Amino acid sequence: TYTFCCRHTVTLIPGDGIGPELLSHVREVFRYSCVPVDFEVVHVNSALASQDDMDNAITAIRRNGVALKGNIETKHTLPPSVKSRNNILRTSLDLYANVMHCQSLSGVQTRHKNIDIMIIRENTEGEYSNLEHESVSGVVESLKIITRNNSLRIAEYAFKLAREKGRRRVTAVHKANIMKLGDGLFLQCCKEVASGYPDITFDSMIVDNTTMQLVSKPQQFDVMVMPNLYGNVVSNVCAGLVGGPGLVPGANYGRDYAVFETATRNTGKSIAGRNIANPTAMLLASCMMLDHLKLNDYASLIRNGVLTTMNETRVVAHSRYWGLGTTSDVVQSVMKNIQSKGQLTAEL
Amino acid sequence: CTQKTSYRSFYFFAKDIVQLKSLWSLQFGNYLQSFKSNSFQILSHFTMQTVTLIPGDGIGPEISTAVMKIFEAAKAPIQWEERNVTAIQGPGGKWMIPPDAKESMDKNKMGLKGPLKTPIAAGHPSMNLLLRKTFDLYANVRPCMSIEGYKTPYTDVDLVTIRENTEGEYSGIEHIIVDGVVQSIKLITETASKRIAEYAFEYARNNQRTSVTAVHKANIMRMSDGLFLRKCREVAENYKDVKFREMYLDTVCLNMVQDPTQFDVLVMPNLYGDILSDLCAGLIGGLGVTPSGNIGANGVAIFESVHGTAPDIAGLDMANPTALLLSAVMMLRHMGLHAYADKIQIACFDTIKDKKVLTGDLGGKSKCSEFTGEICRRVQDME
Repeated sequence: TYTFCCRHTVTLIPGDGIGPELLSHVREVFRYSCVPVDFEVVHVNSALASQDDMDNAITAIRRNGVALKGNIETKHTLPPSVKSRNNILRTSLDLYANVMHCQSLSGVQTRHKNIDIMIIRENTEGEYSNLEHESVSGVVESLKIITRNNSLRIAEYAFKLAREKGRRRVTAVHKANIMKLGDGLFLQCCKEVASGYPDITFDSMIVDNTTMQLVSKPQQFDVMVMPNLYGNVVSNVCAGLVGGPGLVPGANYGRDYAVFETATRNTGKSIAGRNIANPTAMLLASCMMLDHLKLNDYASLIRNGVLTTMNETRVVAHSRYWGLGTTSDVVQSVMKNIQSKGQLTAEL
Repeated sequence: CTQKTSYRSFYFFAKDIVQLKSLWSLQFGNYLQSFKSNSFQILSHFTMQTVTLIPGDGIGPEISTAVMKIFEAAKAPIQWEERNVTAIQGPGGKWMIPPDAKESMDKNKMGLKGPLKTPIAAGHPSMNLLLRKTFDLYANVRPCMSIEGYKTPYTDVDLVTIRENTEGEYSGIEHIIVDGVVQSIKLITETASKRIAEYAFEYARNNQRTSVTAVHKANIMRMSDGLFLRKCREVAENYKDVKFREMYLDTVCLNMVQDPTQFDVLVMPNLYGDILSDLCAGLIGGLGVTPSGNIGANGVAIFESVHGTAPDIAGLDMANPTALLLSAVMMLRHMGLHAYADKIQIACFDTIKDKKVLTGDLGGKSKCSEFTGEICRRVQDME
């Protein structure tokens, strides 16, 4: 039996593209499993230039402390002064650590096997500092900011997480041979933090070599820590290696808030509304959220349902690479697997 | 006969070569097409061309020798002018390459370069950077094609990355704002973006490639990558025969490792180009087998191997000359010498496919000289 002491309220931002449909499936599964979570839905209209929607969303997340979100589109038709909403959310709430766990799944056919990489990406500064200006006509400068504080903070997070999860090695990814001061500072901070964790091996690798190694021998990596842009590249490469954007969940942690989403943050406009998006990533993200809320039993229940669907019953969502199932097929299978565990569930 | 008539008869001869080449093309697809170079098209079939050769450091000299041997066996009309590049300080303290090297390149326009070492804390910028600045090498071109016989988890890779090579994140401008806060400046200009976009579309058109994809992160870097993207879109208007796509960097990475066959020509700013070109090299087997070419202003082009100097195996006859050889083949195509390029490339690929004589990094036990000898033998057998 489950005991729950209280119901949690979580902010839900549907976003654009496949976000709304995936999140409605999450709600369906939560309802079915009697998860004690209420969602406060906040919409953000990406077509508007005004910040009001985002301000509301951020206030709601501050209030609830936790959010689950779809990706908000950045419309290129709006002027450059309108920044990426997703980025604004991350920086306003100081969600400094983006964490992604890439694991090979037995039921997913991929070129590489036995991948188990944790990627910790600095989430607030670096190339995503949103500081750009046109100094003279036709010449644009974009500033990449690296600070000692944020670099130490993310390195500390990476090593602490590595120790918690019993991981052996942390690799810092950088381009300090070219960006000597910026990435040099990042690397320096990682080295400093590493000295406080003698039980964990620390090494570093240049980002272009890293991508080359990832596509040939990804099994060599354990935990990786890096600044923002390289994090973007490496997390997408790793997600592709383990089977694609529909499979991997992502989490953004700050000191006070946490926001969960799919790891590769795709809007998926071309597949929206066609019942073919893979709900796995978003469902697993919701499980990460449940763990964060200390509702571990519910998290395990749903996670096992999803993984059983992936690895055993092999119901796979539509993918150009394998499977022709629909989103609903996958969700139905997940719920059946949950029911088969014999727990109390709502009517299907 | 007069010069004119012999040119004409050789032109018809060249047409036969083009037809023969198209037979080979059926086998090797787009990689066998050249990019146009007006001054070299017809003349180069029978006049000796001088190319500046920079052997480089470490294994550089031995792989350069290997390439020269193979070219000799193929009877390619190339004569080599060897030069060394080390950083020297000119008047006013500015670092530059030796004047005789510069003179040679300016005269010959074509260069082939082995790996150069970049000593740490030498006080001078890297040699590659100096060369880039000296000759305004604005485009780095890397064709990545799967090599039959050198197995990787990815087959059927056939794409080209074209990277803007002068600005972007590698502007080298960094400041310490206050203690603990560093700012690196990424520079994107209209002129450089337009130039690289034009080169990419020209390349696509001249090499019968079907699409050009601009890789960017304009959702985050709205102004800088936005400018790059705008220029690409503008140039695309003049090349309606080539399909133009734009894709976010992360989406490209995600799709590249799942299905690289969906990509054709990719054009992008400096940093993304650095990362993606190495990622693509990883797909086909690494830097030891990847060719690379740098296109500069004023018709200068330097082709190079992009692997390191491998000091641990230098002088031991263990090096693999494939990367430098394929770069030299790229150079031949750039000069319009397709027949020689095809011959040497087929010989090289067949040797690798055969698996009997392979260097250590390709999984064999043969020496560099043996591998070279085998390619030379195949080239000569093709006569």
